[in-house]
Amino acid sequence: MELSPVTIFFAAIFTNNMILSNFLGMCSFIAISSDIKTSLNLGVAVTFVMTFTTIINYNVYHSLLVPLDLEYLRYIVFIVVIASFVQLVEMVVEKYFQTLYYALGIFLPLITVNCAILGVSLFMIIREYNLMQSIAFGSGSGLGWLLAIVAMAGIREKIKNNPLPKGLEGPGITLIITGLMALAFIGFSGIVQIQ
Amino acid sequence: MDNILTTIVAMSSITGILAFLLSIANKTIANYGEKKLTINEDKELTVDGGDSLLSTLIENEIFIPSACGGKGSCGYCKVKVLDGGGQFLATEKGYVSEEEREKGVRLSCQCKVKEDMRIAIPEELFNVKQYLCTVTEIENLTDKIKRIRLELPEGSELDYKPGQYVQILTPVYKESDEEVYRAYSITTPPSSKNAVELFIGYIPEGICTTYIHKYLKEGDKLNVIGPFGDFQYIHSDKEMILAAIGTGMSPIMSILRHMKENNINRKVTFFFGARTRPDMYMMDILQELEKEMDNFTLITCLSRPTESCSWRGEVGRVTNLIEKFVENGDNKEAYLCGNPPMIDSVVKILLDKGFKEEDILYDKFE
Repeated sequence: MELSPVTIFFAAIFTNNMILSNFLGMCSFIAISSDIKTSLNLGVAVTFVMTFTTIINYNVYHSLLVPLDLEYLRYIVFIVVIASFVQLVEMVVEKYFQTLYYALGIFLPLITVNCAILGVSLFMIIREYNLMQSIAFGSGSGLGWLLAIVAMAGIREKIKNNPLPKGLEGPGITLIITGLMALAFIGFSGIVQIQ
Repeated sequence: MDNILTTIVAMSSITGILAFLLSIANKTIANYGEKKLTINEDKELTVDGGDSLLSTLIENEIFIPSACGGKGSCGYCKVKVLDGGGQFLATEKGYVSEEEREKGVRLSCQCKVKEDMRIAIPEELFNVKQYLCTVTEIENLTDKIKRIRLELPEGSELDYKPGQYVQILTPVYKESDEEVYRAYSITTPPSSKNAVELFIGYIPEGICTTYIHKYLKEGDKLNVIGPFGDFQYIHSDKEMILAAIGTGMSPIMSILRHMKENNINRKVTFFFGARTRPDMYMMDILQELEKEMDNFTLITCLSRPTESCSWRGEVGRVTNLIEKFVENGDNKEAYLCGNPPMIDSVVKILLDKGFKEEDILYDKFE
């Protein structure tokens, strides 16, 4: 049965969350989740880039790589497309949206190496989505990533002043919380299911 | 065969198109036009906007110190920005203190020229110039440290203080595809204006040190920028404590030679630490200085003497020497040079012994 884009959109946010079920994009998730404001900014940037690179990559793949029989080049092509797109976005944001540029700071270029973004483009191919489904999947995954990192930042702000065993401070406890959050998100699995 | 060709053509055209799009964007979106740069309220430059302040200044032959070459990892390129330059960035936080920030201090490699700017830089930076020097001598001091002698071009002079450093512009070579600036202290005294010598230690995978140790030959040309640095000999009559390890001897040597040439007769003790006997260098020259200067004492130590060293001197680190030989900080001044852990531990001992913070000068080699 063909999945509707709406189903895919919600599944990408809740049941197939990039971070909590695929464990992709962990680096920035752990490093930048210490306060809500910056993680929200990063989440918005990731969502934006994810949605648009999915659309571009969809077109590049289906109108260039498939006809030429070069599907195996997708890894390198996708990465190059993502990197250039982020560069372009950075230039535009720097010139026309100064406030946003300063709020995002270093995170904007860092998105290039967020593997969740490459992950979305690759899943889109593996799961054979059409354009509408891909757009839904891209934006949904972005929002799911945003939801997870903001939730994590909220939890970390709450426990900031709590005593922790020395060895668990920082990334240690963050990984444990991620695990608990992933378990909690399994609760959503009754709603929709893809793959 | 066709497959390979289509792959190559497809890949090159995709990257080509993207590069083309980006360069158009660079010319249009990232083009900020000509901007006015006012320095110290008196010099006015018209520059192309869009680049970092550091590279814009370097293009105009004003050399702001920078050891990392604009990566935002050394924190040397501080400049006071009075007007323009946009918001303070997260990448500058680690290097600019709250206090400096209020005065408008920015890292010039991070802040971009996007509007007309007014900045203030120390006058002595106008003295900093770039020289195309000739390498006239390369000598192995130990298996990891080389001495190189650089002759300045005919007719030019480097006007520096004992303790200061220059930067070497490492060219692109086989193992590195970018030009980088690296800082090295001058070991000759300021009287040697037409040629300077540097001690350069080998650091595995260090871009500049690898170049100098493996590729540089006598007769080659090197671009050198300088002089830089606040670590300088200060004239007073306080007793001097000098301490160094490894190539940290370099600026100390410059200070000692300067004192010898000018018959400065302050009481001075130099503590030098090495690992084993073969890691000691320049000892003959130091011992000669010790003979010629009445008030100079050299004390050395080895941290790991082996049997073949047949070492009868002090064993331990420089910190142990200072614990043992320096009694208190009364009317004394310390000049330290070495890696950050060595500096940190020596500073701690000196403070415990009653040295005043302003009497401890150091140059951290990173």
